[in-house]
Order: sequence, then structure tokens, then C-alpha cells
Amino acid sequence: MTKPAAQRKHALPTRLWHWLNAACLIGLFMSGLGISNAHPRLYWGNYGFDRADAWLHLIRFPNWMTIPGHYSLAEARLWHLLLAWPFAFGLLLFMAVSLVNRHFIRDLVTRPREWRWGAVRADIVKHLRLDFRHDGVKFNFLQKGSYGVVIFILLPLMIFTGLAMSPGMDANWPWLLDIFFGRQSARSIHFLCAWTLVGFLVVHLVLVLLSGPIRQIRDMITGGRMQEDRP
Amino acid sequence: MKRRSLLAGAAAFLATGCSKLAETGPVSSLLSSVEDWNKGLHDLLGRRKALAPEFSLEDISPVFRGNGTTDPQDAAYKAHLAAGFAEWRLGVTGLVSTPLSLTLDEVKALPQRTQITRHDCVEGWSAIGQWTGPQLAHILEMAGVKPEARFIVFHCADTLNGSAYYESVDLVDAFHPQTIIAHSLNGEPLPVKNGAPLRMRIERQLGYKHAKYLTGIEAVASLEEIGAGKGGYWEDRTGYQWYAGI
Repeated sequence: MTKPAAQRKHALPTRLWHWLNAACLIGLFMSGLGISNAHPRLYWGNYGFDRADAWLHLIRFPNWMTIPGHYSLAEARLWHLLLAWPFAFGLLLFMAVSLVNRHFIRDLVTRPREWRWGAVRADIVKHLRLDFRHDGVKFNFLQKGSYGVVIFILLPLMIFTGLAMSPGMDANWPWLLDIFFGRQSARSIHFLCAWTLVGFLVVHLVLVLLSGPIRQIRDMITGGRMQEDRP
Repeated sequence: MKRRSLLAGAAAFLATGCSKLAETGPVSSLLSSVEDWNKGLHDLLGRRKALAPEFSLEDISPVFRGNGTTDPQDAAYKAHLAAGFAEWRLGVTGLVSTPLSLTLDEVKALPQRTQITRHDCVEGWSAIGQWTGPQLAHILEMAGVKPEARFIVFHCADTLNGSAYYESVDLVDAFHPQTIIAHSLNGEPLPVKNGAPLRMRIERQLGYKHAKYLTGIEAVASLEEIGAGKGGYWEDRTGYQWYAGI
């Protein structure tokens, strides 16, 4: 039964990172909502504190959505800043390993023919028919696209917009403010990306439920075998 | 509906679970060590000597929000305010070779630094203002900080919820060129809500470090004997981190 790692559907580093990242993201999101409750308005640019300056007035997120489960900016910040470390360095390590073990190149890089409208449309139609067979390749175009956007755009944006909110980091890396148009813009982008990730999580979970949840979750824990994914 | 209450239940379980977890020894010490990691990261990147970004006149926010104490009700402060702060003194005490007691005019007669910086509140908002005042480093050099001193404590005239406000920084921040004792905001004497007549500017740290209504600067070897021992009013009271660079 011992299969070489290359024939597993999900390599060990991918599985470890997947679950670490999932736990961190949930904790970061919930503690982040707790932090948001301290000043539930979003601004654009370098400064912002006035109602009139805000481009978005947020709700006060209920206690069941926040960590801790009561209003405490101090505790929410502690959890948020603690989880930020395994989240950021976990992603960095996963990226390094996935370059070395060729996970990115083998499974996530798209081929030019996959970008043709006919091929994309076929993928969408297949998804809508809840047909999740992959014809031998691990991920289809829509999966490659959404995983690529999450791993290379949304998660790094969360990290760097988070750093841009730190006055100590802004002194060391002032370019953080330039790329995000100021600290309050960085805070806005941080918030928007967090909710976009929640959107990804919802779609991700729905698709797992529709495509054989027990097998999918089992494979993400044990690694699974490539063959099982084929019809 | 059932699914939603299940989700709410799971989230609430996580939230209360985290609170319970935070009370256990190892998790609680893990949470409090995060502050050291953050400080360590900033030490590593620029030895905490890098300058906070400075802005130009057109970046200044139209008003500068006051937070925390915005109108001290302490009788002594009100008397000083009524007298135009003519008798206000800034004491420099503790582990120094020459304790000082400076009038406002003496503070303003020292070499001045003017900087337009962004003020970041722990709550999430920011304001930009132009501050003028002498560098804390200059005053500490006048007083002569003794080698055993490790922290500089800032004493304030205001009491908040029954306790005197205070703050503290280490010597890296105390001697940083942008650490000034501001007497002016945007070219005018400090408004009461922003800390009249004197307040600290600890750029590169969050707003609660920037003690307002400053009456005294004390050099100490340890923070344990001051307040409840955690180095500041909010640190003692709610558990805000003493190192507020993030």
C-alpha cells in the first residue's frame, strides 16, 4: 500500500499547509471582525476618523462571529497578531516547497489552450452540470484560476496590507504605503480581501460537498491516490 | 435556518473556546510573547531606528481627533488651564544625574523639531498633524540618564476612570530623533483635546503610547513599581501590548 509521494493526489506539504492555513484563516477572520468592531468604518488614503470621511459604514459584528466571544479589542488583537505569524510564514514555506516539489508548475500553471474561450466555457458548463471528472489532470482551469488567485494574490495581499497598518513596519518599509495608497486604504483592502476569501471558502466548501465530500476530505488528510480521481 | 444556527453555534464554540484557551498557562504566555516577536521583527528590520514617514502640509487632516481623555476634569489641571499654563512644570526625575523642572517657555526655548506625521489609533483610525517641540533625547542628555536606566516613564495630569494616565518606552524609542515633546499642533498651541500644554510623540507606535497632559519624565530601571507594572494605563487595564509598533 505504500505509494511513492509523487502518486499521491495531495503531497504531504500541501496537506499540512492546507489545514494550518484553514485554521489560521478562520481565527484571523473572526479576531479581525472583533478588531473591526472597535472602529467600524472604512476610509481611503492616509487618514480617516470622521463619519463623513468614510466610504463604508460597517455593522457591529455579533459576538458569535468574533474572537473572543465578547468585545475586547486587546484580546482580539492578541489572537490576530499571534495567528498572523503561522499564516504568513506558513504561506512562505508552502510557496518555497511547492516550487521545489513542482506542485505549482505541475498542477497550477495553466496552458495557453486552457485560456481559449471555448475551453473555459466547457469548464463552466461541466461545473454547472456538477460533472467533476478531470480527464487525467489534477485541476481544471477554474480550479487553477481560483487557487492561483487565492495563493498568489489574495493571501499575499492580506499579509502586506496587514503589515502596512503597522506604524513600526511603515517606518521600515515605507513602500507599503505607496503600493496601497496609504494606511487607511490598506485597511480597506485588508477588509475587502478578507471577505473575498470568505466567498472563496463558501464556494470551495459547496464544491467539496457536491463532489464527494468524504473522499475529498479523506484525500486532503491521507493524501489519496491520483487514480481515484479518474472516472 | 438550522444550518445557520449550526454555523453560529460552531463559531460561538470557537470564540468561547479561544477565550477559555487564552486563560490556560501555555496559550496565555504564547499570546503575550507575540509582542516580543513583533518587536524582534522591527528590531531585525531596522534596529527600530528607521524614521516614520513624514508628510507634507497638504496631507494634514482637517481636524485632529482627540481620544481617551479629551477634557481633563482634575482640579489642578483646570487651574493650570485657567492660568494659561503659566505655572506648568515638566519634571525630569528618576535615574538622572541632574533632575530638572522646566517651564513651558524653557521647553520652547530648546532646539525644536517640526514633523508632519500620521497618528494611528489602536482602534483603527488615523489622523495627520504637524507637531513641534524639543526632542526627548535633548532633554534626557541635559538631565544625564544614568547607565542603570532602561525605560522612560511619562506621567500625565489626567486621570481616566479613576487612575492616573501614564506610559513608558524603552531607551531606543526615547532617544529616537522623532520622539519629541510637542507643544504645538499645526502651528498652534496644543488644543486641550490633543493634550495641552505638552504631549509625547512616539512616532512608529500606536496612539495610546503618545501620553498627553505631560507633567513628568522619569528614568527607571524597571516598570514593575509603576502603576500595575505593565508600563502604561491601557496595558495595566485592558491588556494592550506595551510594544505598540503594530
